[in-house]
Amino acid sequence: MTVTDADPDQIVYDGTIPGGHPLHRLTPEQVEELGRELQALHDEVYADLNDTDAAYIRRIIKIQRTLAAGSRATLVASRFWPAWLLGTAGLGTAKILENMELGHNILHGQWDWMNDPNIHSSTWDWDTASPASAWKHSHNYVHHTYTNIVGKDKDVGYEIMRVDEKQPWEPRYLGQPLYNALLALLFEYGVAVHDLDVDAIRAGTKDPAEFREQMREIGKKVLGQVLKDYVAWPAVSGLLMTLTEVGAIALFNPEAAIGDGLRGGAGNVLKRLVRRRSFREPFRATLKANVAANLIRNLWTYSIIFCGHFPEQAWTFTEEEVANETRGGWYLRQLIGAANIDGGPLFHIMSGNLSFQVEHHLFPDMPSSRYQEIAPRVREICERYDLPYNTGPFFKQIGSVQKKLLRLSLPGGGPWPKPGPWREPVADKTDAGLPAFP
Amino acid sequence: MSVESGARPRVPRLQRRLMKGAKALTFPFLPDDYLALINPMWSARELQGTIVELRPETERATTVVIRPSFRWPGHRAGQYVRIGVEHTGVRHWRAYTLTSDSPHPDGLISISVRRVDGGRVSSFLNEEARPGMTVTLGAVEGTFCLPERAGSPLLMISAGSGVTPIFAMLRELVRDGADTDVVHIHSERDAEDVMFAGQFESLGSLLPGYRRVERLSSADGRLTPADLDRLCPDWRQRDTFLSGPPEMLTDFSAHFEAENCRERLSLEHFQPFAGDGGAGGLGQGGRVRFRGRDVTAEADGSTPILVAGESAGVPLSYGCRMGICHTCDCKLVSGRLRDLRTGEVFGQPGQMARICVSAPEGDVELEEGHIVIDGTAPRSKA
Repeated sequence: MTVTDADPDQIVYDGTIPGGHPLHRLTPEQVEELGRELQALHDEVYADLNDTDAAYIRRIIKIQRTLAAGSRATLVASRFWPAWLLGTAGLGTAKILENMELGHNILHGQWDWMNDPNIHSSTWDWDTASPASAWKHSHNYVHHTYTNIVGKDKDVGYEIMRVDEKQPWEPRYLGQPLYNALLALLFEYGVAVHDLDVDAIRAGTKDPAEFREQMREIGKKVLGQVLKDYVAWPAVSGLLMTLTEVGAIALFNPEAAIGDGLRGGAGNVLKRLVRRRSFREPFRATLKANVAANLIRNLWTYSIIFCGHFPEQAWTFTEEEVANETRGGWYLRQLIGAANIDGGPLFHIMSGNLSFQVEHHLFPDMPSSRYQEIAPRVREICERYDLPYNTGPFFKQIGSVQKKLLRLSLPGGGPWPKPGPWREPVADKTDAGLPAFP
Repeated sequence: MSVESGARPRVPRLQRRLMKGAKALTFPFLPDDYLALINPMWSARELQGTIVELRPETERATTVVIRPSFRWPGHRAGQYVRIGVEHTGVRHWRAYTLTSDSPHPDGLISISVRRVDGGRVSSFLNEEARPGMTVTLGAVEGTFCLPERAGSPLLMISAGSGVTPIFAMLRELVRDGADTDVVHIHSERDAEDVMFAGQFESLGSLLPGYRRVERLSSADGRLTPADLDRLCPDWRQRDTFLSGPPEMLTDFSAHFEAENCRERLSLEHFQPFAGDGGAGGLGQGGRVRFRGRDVTAEADGSTPILVAGESAGVPLSYGCRMGICHTCDCKLVSGRLRDLRTGEVFGQPGQMARICVSAPEGDVELEEGHIVIDGTAPRSKA
């Protein structure tokens, strides 16, 4: 069944022993054959894309926008705590959907095949501090091309953290637990400045004109988001709630408004509005709700994205290891450099299907809705080639990441235990000889 | 310049101002994106249209009547519009002549589409389209129109579905109350394929100077330039409008050239057209280098750079593939190009060129307006 003729029980993957890296187990011909098989899988899916796929992404867009609009409307009444809770949860969810299943995937060009300019990587922008064009460079190009090559892939530690033992330790990494917590909370701003090339700025080699231009772009995005979430919507809540209160006074207590001028009725109403904080209270409640929604989104995206490459299972590479890499080698690196998260359908959608990080890295331009469908076939390929397929439940993966980050803030660390060749759990096998019962 | 999109609708000023203000609440999206949740036709991102009627013209031709989502900007008879139609999840663009009167009392427009064998959009519009479906509408384009002051007598030559702009022009002459002398030679394979047959019959009584010659190629053979002397002896004194398949345009423009009256001839063609436009022979082609890529594509004198680049494995952006939409625009870094529609050689460094209708004239270097890296999304080079 396997193509390597090796006894799977004898295969140990361990970066410290010679030949212990999956990159070196296969012959060059086997690596090329692996690449051809994966490319064929990609082309098969691409040839099959149709109106069901188009309907899927349009439905997610519709759900996301309806949820966002509904949550914003609910938050108008956010000075009452049930509305605050409901609206904040809804808005946080909408922002997550918008960032992950929509923004990330559309900006990858996963839906470009539809040729619809409204769902296209060249026109889409997303509700984060990161300008779409900068992100397409730092993520789509730098990260997805040089995935996990220490020294070339800036996502290995984002130029501020030590996430791999191959990165030489420096005293500044002692502060890593703090940077980690800050990055989790302010993740969208971390992503926004990611394309600036922090290393070049530190070395003083960054072109100042380019730096100014990039900062201007980020500034535009930040300003737009701050105005919307922290000024405009809170003001809408304040105004609408004040008007409601004025309406209520006019309806139920009109004698309070009778009098002459500011000293009389209008003044009374005004005093009452100020005393009851008719504007200030809803404004502040909505402001807090929007801050909370952005924090929820930041924490969630941070968690999913850190689970993509930083769990102990995932392999990293040196520049020497990938010199003269072929197409097949590129596929192999993507396959073992990423890690999946197990979960149900809703979890996959909420993680933008980045819970299929392995499939996503093999085929970054494939519509995310197809990852789940091809995952068994990718696992089958791993099994046949005696390659690992990294996956695990969410808390195991995020725990593994946090443990590693803590350890690597100190000198040394690693290498980490790696899983052996993938073997499909027997429970999932349907060809075991016995048909399903009943 | 990267993905073909519809026209910008003409939005009433008050609505435009309101939407601009409301953008503060929807950034980085548009208020239109949320309005579209209630009614997709309210979005002003692109001009859209709802199909309101499908009127069969012949066995394999249909007039598609469309209500634009915003006020129609108007058009001149003979102009065309790009129509975006979604089929199996993919939006396809085609250009069709507007056959509707402009202005139309109900604000409607129409195109008249003959089914082409294997044609995705024409088959869809003839067979699958239903009232209520939506399409995307591009900008009105085209210069194949009647002269502002119709004075001299006209000769109109059409073949097959090429009749659509001629039909629109004749209706315009009637609406203008013109008494122009018009000879209209229409060529068709079989009588039952003639579009607008009934309409043309009534034209005779409304347009005093109108004479129609119908030629059925199944019986009388293909219409050639040599037939002109017999069918319309004074053709050299007439402003001539010709709309038909590419070979016909090439033959007739060569004949008009030879008879020294090429300036009297206006042409319309919708199929991708790789002729030399009567310029007397194509170039030798050349090698094409795309800046930032290791690939060099070879193109002969009649192959568009887009096709040559794709054969060499370069993932280039494209839209209509017939020189209309500018989606494939590349910046010319060095070298010269040949326009495959006119045969004209052109190109200054820095100029944008449509590579779907340009061949290299010698070696050229191009910079893509829009880069696609293998396995990743396109990235704007702005």
